[in-house]
Amino acid sequence: MEFTLKNFIFYGFALMTVASALLVVTVRNIVHAAFSLMVTLFGVAGLYVFLQADFLAATQVIVYVGGILVLILFGVMMTSGRLEMRVHIERGQLLLGGIVSLALLTLLLTVIANTPAWKNLTDDGTELAPTTERIGELILNGPFLLPFEVVSVLLLVALIGAALISRKEVRE
Amino acid sequence: MSDFRAMFVGFPDFNVSENFFPNINLQEKLNWAEEFVQNVLIPRLPEAVAAHFPVELGTVLVMFACAGIFVGVVPLLPLFLVLAERKVAARFQNRTGPMRVGPWGTLQTLADGIKLIFKEDFIPPQGDKLLFLLAPYIIFACSFAVFAAIPFGQNILVSPFNIGIFYIMAISSVIVMGVIMAGWSSNSKWSLLGSLRSAAQIVSYEIPLGLSILTVVMLVESLNMQEIVASQSNGIFSWLIFRTPFTFIAFFIFYISSIAEVNRTPFDLPEAESEIVAGFHTEYSGMRFALFFIAEYANMFAVSAIAVTLFLGGWEGALPGYDFLGGLPGFVIKTLALVFLMMWLRWTLPRLRVDQLMNLCWKYFIPIAFFNILGTGIWGLIFPEDTLVSTIISCAIIYIGLIVAYTIAGRTLAQKPEPQPS
Repeated sequence: MEFTLKNFIFYGFALMTVASALLVVTVRNIVHAAFSLMVTLFGVAGLYVFLQADFLAATQVIVYVGGILVLILFGVMMTSGRLEMRVHIERGQLLLGGIVSLALLTLLLTVIANTPAWKNLTDDGTELAPTTERIGELILNGPFLLPFEVVSVLLLVALIGAALISRKEVRE
Repeated sequence: MSDFRAMFVGFPDFNVSENFFPNINLQEKLNWAEEFVQNVLIPRLPEAVAAHFPVELGTVLVMFACAGIFVGVVPLLPLFLVLAERKVAARFQNRTGPMRVGPWGTLQTLADGIKLIFKEDFIPPQGDKLLFLLAPYIIFACSFAVFAAIPFGQNILVSPFNIGIFYIMAISSVIVMGVIMAGWSSNSKWSLLGSLRSAAQIVSYEIPLGLSILTVVMLVESLNMQEIVASQSNGIFSWLIFRTPFTFIAFFIFYISSIAEVNRTPFDLPEAESEIVAGFHTEYSGMRFALFFIAEYANMFAVSAIAVTLFLGGWEGALPGYDFLGGLPGFVIKTLALVFLMMWLRWTLPRLRVDQLMNLCWKYFIPIAFFNILGTGIWGLIFPEDTLVSTIISCAIIYIGLIVAYTIAGRTLAQKPEPQPS
């Protein structure tokens, strides 16, 4: 492997992602796990940048780190505000998790094995354009308009449901 | 000037991301840092060294050096802003403020900074040491990463990201993780309360903030900060704030939400000193506290700079063809004016209650912001191009709207009784 800046940064991000993902599942303290998940998500965002998906990278950070992770931490802190928040793993869960991860590993290895030769996207002369415009065209003016609208209705339903559950009943 | 741009090359501009430079010919594969190493650095080295000089390593070092210049210069800003805040506060309270250190107390912040460096760096023994040490760095790094996408002038910016404003939103949404980390790892009830308040506040106010940015993006049809500035190049009436009546409203929603995002009075519940000591950074001392402090003032400047870029013309001037309020000086003047407005509000308004805070965001700002988006869409259909007619109509509506708001709405609202907390 030749040492180039690109390789160096790519393997940096890959190491960051994998190492912190390992920490997420091995660390016993649930808050530590949540914070290492933050590093994982950042690493994935970095890898998106390498795949020339700049818009997706920023979305990844904004949705997962700024939204979902904050919600997870909020939930944890609201329910048990102490420093000792240990995760207990039972044997049955371990077995089940093992089976699922083995299945996932097989699937991914099959996909990797069946992928034709790796190549750089720019090698065949296609010009790389910023992705934002194309994503917008595809979602709002193209084949993905209907799925996009269906998803937005789904989110609206979830929003109304949450408001309904959490509202206070006023009895006359 | 282009050499100046080369000086400000930031870390993300490595070879692979040519797509961040939409305006540059992709065939040239321009990489400022590499070019600098090839053309400037290597010819000046002794020949024996130059023959074996690793270009890649040199490129990395040059990038780090440039990032270092940037990270070294920007903290000087808080140094000045802290003094400004104290002087402004003093004026509002009919005092003189710090006067002893240096002429008119101008070196006071420097003295305070030195004091903070030499203070004991206390780590709560019952807390979570690792996260406690890490939290200030996350907040500090995220506050400064925002500056990477802010165009200070035509050629003065770190990186012309194609997704500029979206990147800024993404990075600033990470700050809340640092706040939660600091609050939780301190193992103190004040810290935890402060950080939970802060998280709730920031996550809520991000919605009206994002929606008001969306109105701008709809008009400009780009997320690139430089293109947003370029679309406002025809003097003060082409600034996006006056472009449509809806962006006028959006500017105020953006600015007020920004104040909430940076936790300043009247939205300073996360660090309300009369209730929860100092909020999430109660347990911090010495230099770690200073990092929070610097980040806060850097944030203030950053959100004001973003407001100027999005709505007030960025580095473009107020008169077409002239440099009045344009360029780097004009940009800084406009930004500092907004920063001063923040200080003015801080020393004038009392703090909101939690329920008032959430009411303001969810019951007023978010519906108004959605109305803005609808209105901007309709405006864009009626006036596809920004013409003289559309500008006149827009300014007339803004003018009438302001008069109506001042005479009618203001009085009715003043007579309405304040709702009690439930």
